[in-house]
Amino acid sequence: MANTSYFAGLIGGIKSLCTGLGVTFRELWTPKITERYPENRKENHIPERFRGTLVMPHNENNEHKCIGCGICQMQCPNGTIKVETKMVETADGKKKKQLVRYVYDHGCCMYCMLCTRACPQGAIEFSPEYEGAVFARESLFKVLNQPGSKCVEKPARPAAAKPAAATEGAKPAVAQPQTADADAAKAKAEKMAAAAKKAAENAAAARAAANEAKAAAEANAADTALQEAWKEAEAKALKLETAAKNFAQKAAEAAADVK
Amino acid sequence: MFDFSVFTSWLDAALLSVMPGWLTILVECVLVALGIITLYAIFAMVMIYVERKFCAFVQCRLGPDRVGPWGTIQVVCDVLKMLTKEIVSLRKTDRFLHALAPFLVVTASMTTFACLPWNKGAQILDFNVGVFFFLAIGSIGVVGILLAGWSANNKYSLIGAMRAGAQIISYELSIGMVMLTMICLTGTMSFSEICQNQAEGGWYIFRGHFVALAAFIVYLIAGNAECNRGPFDLPESESELTAGYHTEYSGMDFGFYYLAEYLNLFICAGMASTIFLGGWAPFVIPGLDGFNEVMAIIPGFVWFLVKVFFVLFLLLWERWTFPRLRIDQILTLEWKYLIPISMLLLVLMALCVSLGLTF
Repeated sequence: MANTSYFAGLIGGIKSLCTGLGVTFRELWTPKITERYPENRKENHIPERFRGTLVMPHNENNEHKCIGCGICQMQCPNGTIKVETKMVETADGKKKKQLVRYVYDHGCCMYCMLCTRACPQGAIEFSPEYEGAVFARESLFKVLNQPGSKCVEKPARPAAAKPAAATEGAKPAVAQPQTADADAAKAKAEKMAAAAKKAAENAAAARAAANEAKAAAEANAADTALQEAWKEAEAKALKLETAAKNFAQKAAEAAADVK
Repeated sequence: MFDFSVFTSWLDAALLSVMPGWLTILVECVLVALGIITLYAIFAMVMIYVERKFCAFVQCRLGPDRVGPWGTIQVVCDVLKMLTKEIVSLRKTDRFLHALAPFLVVTASMTTFACLPWNKGAQILDFNVGVFFFLAIGSIGVVGILLAGWSANNKYSLIGAMRAGAQIISYELSIGMVMLTMICLTGTMSFSEICQNQAEGGWYIFRGHFVALAAFIVYLIAGNAECNRGPFDLPESESELTAGYHTEYSGMDFGFYYLAEYLNLFICAGMASTIFLGGWAPFVIPGLDGFNEVMAIIPGFVWFLVKVFFVLFLLLWERWTFPRLRIDQILTLEWKYLIPISMLLLVLMALCVSLGLTF
């Protein structure tokens, strides 16, 4: 500006003003981009990555992927997510968390996506669903897991990883297809399988103790007390093993019933 | 061409036959005032609608389109809202001046509105120094703006009012100079005679060739600045001063400023079309008699409105294209560019007229 002369500045100014007028004149006739919302809600395109609301996808069997670990709840900076879980015992006797209610407070969410990034299972994601307006504050609290849904089951682990005695009885029960008609039989089978497993464990423990006692007794043959203990442990282990065998057989029968 | 004075003189005679002279004048004044206020309100609404639509189109939007067909009822709703809003009276303000200011602004605007020649014979204020009267009355508006800023006891209002004062008083020089340029050409200051001359001999923007064209552009720029609009809207620059001089006004007091702003734009366009584009004079091409007769069938007020809206289009186009200037840039534009240019135009026009170079 400082270097241009008066007239050069005047002419240059007029030129640039005319350029601006040309741009707006062309813009007057371009198609308008206004979205006429309620009328166009059918064809209104929202990009897939738009963060409208948090959802938990369910498959066709009404199963979600959430394992109830609560990492999303811990990650959320706003306290938007509340994961309610309960402890259940699985068929193989392990304690496991299970999702009861996954409560999402839409009114608190700031769509940062920390929860979805943190989720180890990929159980939650954001959907471009954008019509989030409701009439009451309470309606913004949404339960994301559908009623009656459950966590999708992972395939059973290979048999070699489990104690030999337990697999015989427990495996058939675990491998059962989940059918709704034979609930009672299933429950019984599971119970039996659990009992069989416990018995097998007890037997295994007793056998181990007996083996130890035997080793000790053989090492010092003069010690009568050790000899006695070995005999006792041997008897106990035998008894428990018999019981375990019985239980396993019963469990297998119950599993057969279920089938 | 239909002469509206046939109707006015018939009305005058009819009233005189049933009542004494002073009452006739009173009744006529009331009728004219009612007509003027109605037109004022209607044109303000039309202008607001046009402005909103135009601005939307420039910005690739659709503008108001929810209330009524194409959003036409929107303006009516806005006016009703404005009429029913509470007028807040503030502590520590100069109450009298605060209440007086909007009336000064709207009075100046309405009186200049009355100067416009709507049709042949349909002119409310018309006398031999019409242009001078128009400029003088138009300047009262700035007093209202200064009072508004001063009486509100608010720094934004005061800054806005000072800017408006500096800007309007500066640009009035250009407007006056351009008017003088054109009066050189017209040889009269009466609006009716200006229009009549153009109806007979062609529009002044053609008769004064490039000097008149340049004067027209200078007039549009200075007129836009007079209206506090477009790139010159820093007296009310909402991003820095909330609303400038009318920050503290509410309800219909604010509504008066709003009305006056839009009507000043209309008046600016009306005056441009009167002086440069012939007012109600139809477009005639000398020699093409058939074409001229067809043009003469179209009534004068239609011609006037078409011209006004053409100039309005130019003003709106410019207003929605350019960003707001700084106060020093505004004053530089006026004092370093527009005033020398308009002085030069005045000299050129005087030369043209005296050498007989105009048509």
